[in-house]
Amino acid sequence: MKKDRTPSLLLAALVALLILGLVLPEWRFLGTLAIGKGLTVLGLLLLLRTGLVSFGQGLYYCLGAYAAGTLGQFWGTTDALLLLVVAGLAAGLAAAILGILLAAYRGIFFSMLSLALSMILYGLLVKSAALGSTDGFNLPAPTLFGLPLVSHDSRYPLFVLACVLGVAAALAMHYYFRTPLGRLSPAIRDNEIRVEYLGASVRAAVHVKYVIAGILAGVGGALTGMTVGHIDPEMAYWTTSGEFVFVAILSGTGSVAAPFLGSFIFELVRTFAYEYSPNSWQLALGTAMLLIIVFLPAGLWSLVQRRRA
Amino acid sequence: MSALLAVVVDGVIYASWLFMIAVGLTLIYGVMKILNIAHGSLYALGAYGAASLAGYWLSQGYAPFGSYAALLAAAALVGLIIGPLIERGLLRFMYGRDEIILLLVTYAVFLILEDAIKLIWGVDPYIISEPYGLLGIVEFANLVYPTYSFMLIVVSLAVGVLLAWVLHRTRHGKLLAAVIHDREVSQAMGVNVRRYYLATFTAGAILAALGGALTAPTVSVVPGMGVEVIVLAFAVVVIGGLGSLPGAALGALIVGLLRAAAVHYAPALELFSIYLVMALVLAFRPQGLFAGEQVRTI
Repeated sequence: MKKDRTPSLLLAALVALLILGLVLPEWRFLGTLAIGKGLTVLGLLLLLRTGLVSFGQGLYYCLGAYAAGTLGQFWGTTDALLLLVVAGLAAGLAAAILGILLAAYRGIFFSMLSLALSMILYGLLVKSAALGSTDGFNLPAPTLFGLPLVSHDSRYPLFVLACVLGVAAALAMHYYFRTPLGRLSPAIRDNEIRVEYLGASVRAAVHVKYVIAGILAGVGGALTGMTVGHIDPEMAYWTTSGEFVFVAILSGTGSVAAPFLGSFIFELVRTFAYEYSPNSWQLALGTAMLLIIVFLPAGLWSLVQRRRA
Repeated sequence: MSALLAVVVDGVIYASWLFMIAVGLTLIYGVMKILNIAHGSLYALGAYGAASLAGYWLSQGYAPFGSYAALLAAAALVGLIIGPLIERGLLRFMYGRDEIILLLVTYAVFLILEDAIKLIWGVDPYIISEPYGLLGIVEFANLVYPTYSFMLIVVSLAVGVLLAWVLHRTRHGKLLAAVIHDREVSQAMGVNVRRYYLATFTAGAILAALGGALTAPTVSVVPGMGVEVIVLAFAVVVIGGLGSLPGAALGALIVGLLRAAAVHYAPALELFSIYLVMALVLAFRPQGLFAGEQVRTI
């Protein structure tokens, strides 16, 4: 049996990231942001491997950010770990409830229903003046065990936290795919009826996966909120979810590291595109997406794999 | 009493607008099984085209009533150019693949068109309000409405009746039903399926553009105006049943009346009520309210 190299590669990547963050301070913001979104895309990867495309991950992304935000803003909690845990729990709880409904759907109905649910949250937030309506509100600077994670001259501690979180989530996902429940994913995508004949409940499996994806999106949203320092209802708008789908398609489902790589490339390109041609950035995105669907259906990660093979 | 009447009239006006933006979407889905996210961009293109064409017409000092013809011409032009371009140039290579892949492809087209609009027309708003005011107003029971809004109802009804007639009463409609039912067998029987797909997609594009063109005089035409329309149209179509023509009409009426009621009685619920209904319908009747066991869905 081939030796499983992914864990050691992930840990090596963590060390490399921490060193890179130390010597390249101007990349820390982008890196943290990419990991926040990468976590959400990691959840989407899990759903994609199960054959489901959610056009509504923005729901949990936004919910997590708002859970952390309200806690930080109105109760004065700034501890990053606590905020991330609360965000994950809030999103997970919402996903567990909505999952009862969604687990019965496949294909475009799953996509559309998840989209509708995220638009409900958007509609609610836009009308809630206490939460800043369309403007959203600012998040206080996060701390960890009383130490500031972000100060005016350094974002390194938050970057470290994000890197550890990202690698931990990727590792956890990697091991999850080796559990019986994890291995059901491709089976469900290929043939649900056979999975049922084998004695597994497809509905229950999809539900669990949906909750995991929700938790990841919630944590990702909270992390992004802390990085940017501001959250608004736009996070639940369907175009945000569309962006996640884009990054997931871009990265491909080949590896648990792919969402982070894809997310980083996406943020990088966006930063430059916004600066040089803000009005043709989506045009480039759309074209890239078409090219990937036609020529690289397994995403960018398949390039990495092809070289290795 | 007057408030209730206002809700009903507002609701019907809004419903006719919703029907116009949703019917093309349901047509394309019904025939081709493509949930076209780019539909909203076609709507926006129609609005921009109408603003430009009608604006040009009026700036030349021609008869102001001709601007209505300019609106319709713009919709036809946009649909006839962009529709075949997307279908022939892109979608036809994707037939037979997963519905979800086609969804992603149209999402990519949506992204491209959104920026194409900005590159062509810039980011400044266009305002073309003459056709809106030209017809004057209607007064009844202490309510005042622009006549243009009622014209919208008439056009919407006409579109619905025309589509129903074409689909159910003509030879082409019957052949189309065969294509929907079994693509391969109809091809084997000598039906030119390619042409029906092209015609369907183009018709859907024209309808989307028509919705945009007729909306242009009532709003300021700005970038991103199609983004919200897509989800609204989805909601309407899903409530009525994907791919069902009477379903789209019913969905539009439900959403229209509901929104009007929300605006009058509970403004805070306006946006969210629509999606709530959509989620509820999907939860309890995922095939939509109207799509039953019928063999023919459109």
